[in-house]
Amino acid sequence: MNGVHDMGGQQGFGRVLCEKAEPLFHADWESRAMAMTVAMGASGQWNIDLSRSARESLPPAVYLSSSYYEIWVRALEKLMLERSMVTQAELDAGQLITPPVKVSKVLSLDTVDAALKAGSPTERAIDQPALFKVGQKVRALNVHPQGHTRLPRYVRGHVGTVVSLHGGHIFPDQHTLRALPPFTVAVEWLYTVVFDGPTLWGDGSDPSVEVTVDAWEPYLEAVA
Amino acid sequence: MASHSHDHDHEHSTLSEMDVRVRALESLLTQKGYIDPAAIDRIIETYETEIGPHNGAQVVAKAWAEPEFKAWLLKDATAAIASLGFTGRQGEHMVAVENTPDQHNMVVCTLCSCYPWPILGLPPVWYKSAAYRSRTVLEPRKVLADFGVSLPESTRIRVWDSTAEVRYLVLPKRPPDTDHLSPTALAALVTRDAMIGTALL
Repeated sequence: MNGVHDMGGQQGFGRVLCEKAEPLFHADWESRAMAMTVAMGASGQWNIDLSRSARESLPPAVYLSSSYYEIWVRALEKLMLERSMVTQAELDAGQLITPPVKVSKVLSLDTVDAALKAGSPTERAIDQPALFKVGQKVRALNVHPQGHTRLPRYVRGHVGTVVSLHGGHIFPDQHTLRALPPFTVAVEWLYTVVFDGPTLWGDGSDPSVEVTVDAWEPYLEAVA
Repeated sequence: MASHSHDHDHEHSTLSEMDVRVRALESLLTQKGYIDPAAIDRIIETYETEIGPHNGAQVVAKAWAEPEFKAWLLKDATAAIASLGFTGRQGEHMVAVENTPDQHNMVVCTLCSCYPWPILGLPPVWYKSAAYRSRTVLEPRKVLADFGVSLPESTRIRVWDSTAEVRYLVLPKRPPDTDHLSPTALAALVTRDAMIGTALL
């Protein structure tokens, strides 16, 4: 989706403001929101790509005017509402009204450390050979999918060079096709591709700049 | 570990509304049996006290001190970093990129906020800001100027946009005259921003 979240190259947001001695959280609710979002990932009712998709498909004005963890809270509520895990009346009241749905796992004090230590690797075995090799020129497709994608707009249609291969990884564009488990797991080669600054930003832009993106094979085509 | 509320005038109205909303959410999810509040406390404690840039600093100091470890880090960062005990969520697939006189590296996530949690902890607000996400790929030298960093024109700047589940660690240049320092003293020189690429050491 050509969403407001796809910020690379947008202008008008001003200087980067760094807070000196920044606290990890700016309010207690931020820490609770972070931890609940992490913990609810264990429910198995969505995956990381559906979670990102929920955040970036918030209305653009809401996305831009919400603080970071506010976006997380809104997306978490949305994910649970969509799956009938909670109702709006329950969210408003902070009280259970309807019975819970069955979830695959609830993190406890006994299991949480191991879960954080393990993470959720996305690399998977892949049988088909890679189409591209290191040093090869490739073009990022000029595509504008309606659904979730991780190919940023600013590289689309441009030619870059393969820097490295990372093996097979779960392809987000398909991982978001089904809202509920079992999710569609398509494994595609993942590459890092480097683009020259002037290729992306035109004549007169800084020639000493290069930008890489990590791109799954379906995002790329060979350049003759 | 005490939790603190921090006053920020521009967020006052949002804060109180969000405080109520998040308390209601936690209460509801607990009643539903979807979360265990003890696990929520433990997740917060982990990122407040155990996981942060001091982890990454150990990785960098070891790479400076031990050429074999550095070679391993640059070849297979996931395994090299895991050997120090740093693994897991948002660091499942690691790549380390080395700053040299010819090339400076910077990390961004233009699409969201991807960041190597096991070695740097949770990202600062600026890393997640629209200004950083939008400008870093377009005008990295001007972004560096916002951090007070200026690089020679002859230094190439490579910006790594974290668009997949690969997470990047910048291996900063070792400061001069540090040969005599212990690994602990070396690690103390390494800053979070240097490992993102927005500071020099």
